[in-house]
Amino acid sequence: MNKTVNPNHLKPADDVGPLYAARKKVYPQSVSGTFRRIKWALMAFCLGVYYFLPFVRWNRGLGAPSQAVLIDIPNSRFYFFFIELWPQEVYYFTGLLIVAAVVLFLMNSIGGRIWCGYLCPQTVWTDLFYAVERLIEGDRRERMKKDKSSDPMKLERISEIVLKHSIWLMIAWWTGGAWVLYFNDAPTLVKELATFQAPMIAYVWIGILTATTYLLAGYMREQVCTYMCPWPRIQAALTDEWALNVTYRYDRGEKRTSVKKAAELRALGQEVGDCVDCYQCVAVCPTGIDIRNGPQMECIQCGLCIDACDNVMTKIGRPKRLIGYDNDINIHRRQEGKAPVYRIVRARTVVYSAIIAAVGGFMIYTLATRSLLDVNVLHDRNPVAVKLSDGSIRNAYTVRLLNKSGYDRVVAIDADGPVNLTIHVIGVDSVTPDRPMIVIPRDSTSELRLLVTAPAENNPEKSIPVHFHVTDIGLGVVASATDNFVSP
Amino acid sequence: MTDHSEFDSVSGKSTTGHEWDGIKELNTPLPRWWVICFYLTIVWAIGYWIVYPAWPLISSNTTGMFGYSSRADVAVELANLEKIRGDRMTALGAASLADIEKDPALLALARAKGRTVFGDNCAPCHGSGAAGAKGYPNLNDDDWLWGGTLDQIMQTIQFGARSGHAKTHEGQMLAFGKDGVLKGDEIITVANYVRSLSGLSTRNGYDAAKGQKIFAENCAACHGDAGKGNQELGAPDLTDKIWLYGSDEATLIETISHGRAGVMPAWEGRLDPATIKAMAVYVHSLGGGK
Repeated sequence: MNKTVNPNHLKPADDVGPLYAARKKVYPQSVSGTFRRIKWALMAFCLGVYYFLPFVRWNRGLGAPSQAVLIDIPNSRFYFFFIELWPQEVYYFTGLLIVAAVVLFLMNSIGGRIWCGYLCPQTVWTDLFYAVERLIEGDRRERMKKDKSSDPMKLERISEIVLKHSIWLMIAWWTGGAWVLYFNDAPTLVKELATFQAPMIAYVWIGILTATTYLLAGYMREQVCTYMCPWPRIQAALTDEWALNVTYRYDRGEKRTSVKKAAELRALGQEVGDCVDCYQCVAVCPTGIDIRNGPQMECIQCGLCIDACDNVMTKIGRPKRLIGYDNDINIHRRQEGKAPVYRIVRARTVVYSAIIAAVGGFMIYTLATRSLLDVNVLHDRNPVAVKLSDGSIRNAYTVRLLNKSGYDRVVAIDADGPVNLTIHVIGVDSVTPDRPMIVIPRDSTSELRLLVTAPAENNPEKSIPVHFHVTDIGLGVVASATDNFVSP
Repeated sequence: MTDHSEFDSVSGKSTTGHEWDGIKELNTPLPRWWVICFYLTIVWAIGYWIVYPAWPLISSNTTGMFGYSSRADVAVELANLEKIRGDRMTALGAASLADIEKDPALLALARAKGRTVFGDNCAPCHGSGAAGAKGYPNLNDDDWLWGGTLDQIMQTIQFGARSGHAKTHEGQMLAFGKDGVLKGDEIITVANYVRSLSGLSTRNGYDAAKGQKIFAENCAACHGDAGKGNQELGAPDLTDKIWLYGSDEATLIETISHGRAGVMPAWEGRLDPATIKAMAVYVHSLGGGK
């Protein structure tokens, strides 16, 4: 194990820190390399999807919204390309949440905090805000110098600050603006927003999201991950010894020396570590930690220290990946002179994958086979049964017909049970007696009061099951529901 | 607090000085912005006390700067709702009874309104599901004393039965026994005759011819020669399977001896015309409407 002596251990006991600590501002340095490129690509993808998805059109026919992704709250519908969900189908969302959670677990058991480092909105927007900051105020050293400077501000510095915050606020405003577009027809709302005719609530939400984006990405940054987010704590419980995490390979790095000293010692044939203590890994870190202290809760595993270290190792002619995706098992194996072992397929990842496949598969199956015509039946509770003047028995039901398709349907309702039943729908004088015909407008529900009568001669003795069949007479699609027919 | 704090050589941190059963707490400093946020919430709370109703007093509470009350909010919302409903109820009032049942939107409104008003006004006698009770008709079935068409139901709701209203339904079952019109054995005989009309069993030794004669002389005027009843007079059909007071011999003897004259109040003047219309449609749509 890495047993370096912490110099703090020598501190006297009377050196007691304050209970509250001021934030140490982080000035991440720019870096280039593989992981930086991956991060740029993922940032472009994520932000592109977020900002432009509301403008994607999807033809659903006349009268239906033509927005590919739309959360239509007034009409309680959710549209996602070819899928249209009703409020009672919210369980698909539950399934999606289960899949999302297990995908997080799986990512974590394979490659650590992939979510935190590359995909989390907090990371993506903070990265973008840092990029703006760097572009305007310069890299790490310049920003530190400018912040520390006590000289009176010159126009140039003031204009830098104004420009930076203006761009931040524009990005933040656009973030809020894109958010509200998911709840309304985007082109229409953009026009309304531009001419200040949009509903108040739209401006309120844009304001809220502008404020949160500006604060969280411009000021709070790594504090969100360290103090506000529960995931760093949860993921620590999900990781295991095989999970690959961004790791300083101390088997190779220790003992740290300088470039010069290392060369001298190597010339003498002595063993030296590859780490030259250049602090580049610390300089580029967006959370301001030292990866060489081992796995830390603050580390979002963005991989930028890998790039920084690789650049240095290339320069001094040592092999790359002194910092890389690795785990303690392999460090120990290398220390013992054995080849490293990588185990992506293990019980944990197999179980997670199986859960994802099962829940996802079940959801896709139910979504693909769900009926766009549905019927719910509710038996009258009071009175449960009525005796008519000729002695026959009548039960009343509240029937709700759901037409989830984009066209009107004409349906016929039948009831069948062990005895001869006749049915009647209040308000419907059907041309076909005992087979009421109803029109259900597209994308809507119809509630009917349905009466079922069993004639006197074959009165059922007790409660008997009755099956209701709703048949689309145009398409032949049938939806069914079962309830009971009760005698007094 | 810091008096008891000490340096922990394992973690390299100092402790806060708190100790519980030998367990000491390491000092992991909170970020200062967090503490500032905490104080801000306290300031916010004080502002809240001033602006909104907050503190209970002995018999009231502090009302806040703008006198906000959630009850007033509800009152405003209810008033708005009444306005929306008012418009719809006007449409309901203007439509004819038959048209209401044909229009799904009006039917739904009438049924919803009717059910609520029924629960408030009619349920004490007829039951919340309109299933009735002894002496109070079941409105779900197809047997009607005063008629089961939409117009007849509406008329009964408007003016009631034996309610004292000028237009009310009149007519009552006389007390044939109490008033000395029929003697005891005649009442038993005619009671058995009435049971036979709807196919119920009769007493041993009962004289059917005598029963028919008594019925024709005393009962047929209202109930008709065949006992089919008369809705003009509220005389029930004695040949069907539905009995308002009961079909057993003892109950029939009681009915014939003492008469029956159930009262239904008139609702005109108590409920507005559109509401009465909604209620008529509701009762009609329960299933028994003609």
